[in-house]
Amino acid sequence: MLILIALISGLLFGTGMIVSNMVDPSKVIAFLDVTGHWDPSLAFVIIGALTVFAPCYHLIIKKRKHAINGDTFSYPNKTNVDSKLILGATCFGIGWGIAGLCPGPVLTSISGGASEIFIFIISMAVGMGIAAKVNK
Amino acid sequence: MENLTLWPSLIGGALLGLSATLLMLFTGKTAGISGIFGGLLTRNKGQRLWRWAFLLGMASSIYLLNPFSFSLPQFDGQPLLYIIAGLFVGFGTRLGNGCTSGHGIVGIGRLSKRSIVATCVFILVAILVVFIRRQLGL
Repeated sequence: MLILIALISGLLFGTGMIVSNMVDPSKVIAFLDVTGHWDPSLAFVIIGALTVFAPCYHLIIKKRKHAINGDTFSYPNKTNVDSKLILGATCFGIGWGIAGLCPGPVLTSISGGASEIFIFIISMAVGMGIAAKVNK
Repeated sequence: MENLTLWPSLIGGALLGLSATLLMLFTGKTAGISGIFGGLLTRNKGQRLWRWAFLLGMASSIYLLNPFSFSLPQFDGQPLLYIIAGLFVGFGTRLGNGCTSGHGIVGIGRLSKRSIVATCVFILVAILVVFIRRQLGL
């Protein structure tokens, strides 16, 4: 069941990424370009996502002790804002602003076969490796 | 603001929310893409198969959408730009435990203080980077 649900959720997620235009770096840059030709469209991606997820979480998921397949919910342990969170979010923002790409869109776009996507994914894996070392 | 795509963005966003809901309700997992991808890079051999299944689903979704004349965008720009951006995104998402999906959707949806702070920080920083690039004419 875990594998089947993961596959379906992945399909839905990729579909959402493409339909919403999150996969288009020029659209992302236009969303971030608030002092230029600002295109606020992508703000509606997070609004659409939260409109579905937030009530489902608070009214259904939160009231359950276990997921439907019997597993426990894997919520993060940390609850406090620390310097690692701020530094990490800052670095992520720098990378996102440079290329207009983040992990969801690049992994959705992999089947397009663009060399830029592969370059980005390999660099991203290296960046994660460095962070894992720093974090020890 | 002539290129607004509010409805596709809203509908696409709703699909992301549905995906995150299904994954968490049925399996207890978080639909955070940097976390799902990053989990495949660790030595921990467990928990791999579902991550591969999720990524396979993501990468296959374009084939589902091709008949409706959706396509993936073309890319231009220097390879160096993508190398630097990729390094920052990988490093930042691992150190900060999440990206636009894990923090921006699941975390904010759960009203996590960490995720709300992280999302504000990365959006503001990215806006600043785009602003600086515009000033420099890059």
